[in-house]
Amino acid sequence: MQVKENSDFVPTIVAFCCNWCSYAGADLAGTNRLAYPANVKIIRVPCSCRVNPTFILRAFQRGADGVIICGCHPGDCHYTSGNYFARRRMTLLFSLLDYLGIEKDRTRVEWVSAAEGAKFADTMNSFAEAIIKLGKNRRLEDLRCRKQ
Amino acid sequence: MHRIGVFVCHCGTNIAATVDVKKVAEVLSYERCVVISKEYQYMCSESGQKLIKEAILDYQLTGIVVCSCSPRMHEATFRKSAASVGLNPYMVEIANIREQCSWIHKNTEVATEKAIILGRAAIAKVLLNTPLTAGESPVVKRALVIGGGIAGIQTALDIAEAGFKVDIVERNSTIGGKMAQIDKTFPTLDCAACILTPKMVDCAQNENIKIYSYSEIDSVSGFVGNFSVRIKKKARYVDETKCTGCGLCTEKCPTKNIPNDFNLKMDTRRAVYIPFAQAVPKVAVIDAEHCNILKNGKCGLCAKICSAGAIDYTQKERYVEEKYGAIVVATGFNPISVDKYGEYAYSQSKDVITSLEFERLTNAAGPTGGTLLRPSDGKHPHTVVFVQCVGSRCTEERGKSYCSKICCMYTAKHAMLIREKYPDTEVYVFYIDVRTPGKNFDEFYRRAVEEYGVHYIKGAVGKVSPRADGTLDVQASDLIMNEQLHISADLVVLAAAIEPDKSARGLATMLTASMDTNDFFTEAHPKLRPVESPTAGVFLSGTCQGPKDIPETVSQASACAAKVIGLLAKDKLKCNPCVAHSDEMLCNGCSNCANVCPYGAVTYIEKEFKMPDRTTALRRVASVNAAVCQGCGACTVACHSGAMDLLGFSNKQIIAEVDAICK
Repeated sequence: MQVKENSDFVPTIVAFCCNWCSYAGADLAGTNRLAYPANVKIIRVPCSCRVNPTFILRAFQRGADGVIICGCHPGDCHYTSGNYFARRRMTLLFSLLDYLGIEKDRTRVEWVSAAEGAKFADTMNSFAEAIIKLGKNRRLEDLRCRKQ
Repeated sequence: MHRIGVFVCHCGTNIAATVDVKKVAEVLSYERCVVISKEYQYMCSESGQKLIKEAILDYQLTGIVVCSCSPRMHEATFRKSAASVGLNPYMVEIANIREQCSWIHKNTEVATEKAIILGRAAIAKVLLNTPLTAGESPVVKRALVIGGGIAGIQTALDIAEAGFKVDIVERNSTIGGKMAQIDKTFPTLDCAACILTPKMVDCAQNENIKIYSYSEIDSVSGFVGNFSVRIKKKARYVDETKCTGCGLCTEKCPTKNIPNDFNLKMDTRRAVYIPFAQAVPKVAVIDAEHCNILKNGKCGLCAKICSAGAIDYTQKERYVEEKYGAIVVATGFNPISVDKYGEYAYSQSKDVITSLEFERLTNAAGPTGGTLLRPSDGKHPHTVVFVQCVGSRCTEERGKSYCSKICCMYTAKHAMLIREKYPDTEVYVFYIDVRTPGKNFDEFYRRAVEEYGVHYIKGAVGKVSPRADGTLDVQASDLIMNEQLHISADLVVLAAAIEPDKSARGLATMLTASMDTNDFFTEAHPKLRPVESPTAGVFLSGTCQGPKDIPETVSQASACAAKVIGLLAKDKLKCNPCVAHSDEMLCNGCSNCANVCPYGAVTYIEKEFKMPDRTTALRRVASVNAAVCQGCGACTVACHSGAMDLLGFSNKQIIAEVDAICK
């Protein structure tokens, strides 16, 4: 069902970043001028455990091609255990999404600390690359929401 | 009806160079409910804030979006200016178009488009924002300092001086830390003990300071202004209140030959001991691992001879619960284990030592009484080789990528001390670079080379091989002369890299403070908030934050104390109002939210509800304690019925952002 796109396909990628580690990591990537694709757009959440599966489904429905959730490293969560909740929930959700035809590579959970600006940029680069390889996501997308 | 104002910042050229700010302001002015859209050079400046304030009043704005730097930088600034003209501070949203846009993208077109989308997402969110009011929580006027080295001592003294209570928790039986082991300090060569021990005594005598020696942090809960800490007082088998520190027991104890950790195992101590003469508190401690009576019930000599009756073999570890308003981390450093560096033969020869061991060898209170003698045969060394950067600035797996900062200076100090006491001893220092930034530091190093004739050789030591005659063959390369050297040395001193104390990792988890990849604590802002951790109420003092020398540690410790005093001086703190909120009409009382809440902020109440048929029914519903909730949002996802939502980051708000981004 996958449609091959030409090379100038620009995917839409939504990144949920926790306020304490990954969002700060993204800021550090910016401060260090480490480039990653402009189509990665970050949404700040207090903790990775704030990410409701609905948000991810909504993103795919509205035409996102990939969704990544970034949180603090295991054991480093600002709220003690939030990232563990996120990890469990996302493991479950991603396998369900896979069943629905959204390839596992379109979704990812990564741990990026506030000191890992370079890791943030690398992660986003590799994730965007993976999405470009997969091409446009057509599963779950609500055609009525498509931009004209 | 919402009236939104959009303010796009140029940030000088930081944003304007890659983002067409005029275009961003124009495009966003056509967004729904936007009544004014402006751009300005520096929104955070006085005049920029004035522009925002005037716009709020002139256009009767109900919400504003500032497209500028990261919210971590100036969210508070813009919230404050909104509040000053009567707009609820939580009706302010920031679109991060600097760190996450202009600084990482080079193409103006791409960056401008991204900035517009980020602006749209922020507008979509602010349209769903609700005015929030921060509650208040009281501040416990007592601080906790974890670690009793020079950093912890200085912080505690400064806080106590301001009139607040401070507790120092120290893992060892005495405070003093690494500085107590050091002989002389650079660049003045004054004696470490002479400047440290009066401070230790000050701590003991200050009525505002309480020292928990031989104790550890067991658990931490709570939040800024109101931490609950459980302190584990390890069993020292000596009653602190009775022991006079006479030291008789430490002389008479029959269990000898236990490696003395204070002297880095270069001499021995007894099973009951006081680490060093100036220990604070000067109270003996029994090493349960070696003590005969504790191991097999035979002996009891110390109890017999103790005139104060302080020995108590039945002592058990005890736990103390205390409340604190602020916590200072001062856990310090340790030199890395040099065993991994097999080429330096540290584990093969006793005459290959680390710099900290060297400090003990030259210390008058050390194992040799301050005479420099080879650990192997007790003879005076005639050739000493110092190897710098052992594990520092090392890109390999076994080392540390950072510069340990203090080694260049203490090696120069060691070299100078040897040449001063023993002019017949030749001293070689192998270095990659000599780094001596600091007041009077370079002059100090130059004195070592020029006045004291220390041989500084730029190059690396490849191998140290012990010879049969007891000397050490040092193979090295001289990079400037481009030649291979063989030096027959009597003593080799390794400047081992320093690393954060091993206990720091567990402590960071307890405090929910973040660490970097090297396990140093992360500061809230690398330049502007260097002594605060990103976790409110947790402060950083000394080398737990990064390598530092003593002057720097002391200045950071005092800075940290100033921050703690600033916090403790307040009677009440504003709480974060972005907390969970349960819609009682939707809640079915399933307990899922309470089960995931790490703070126990969710409780259940029985509440009467009017039913459609005009009867009343008693239902069990969740209720969030806003003072305890920290706003992580774990419960919002666990809630099946969608009753739980997070104020400031509500489901609707985040979905609106997703929609704006994916559109």
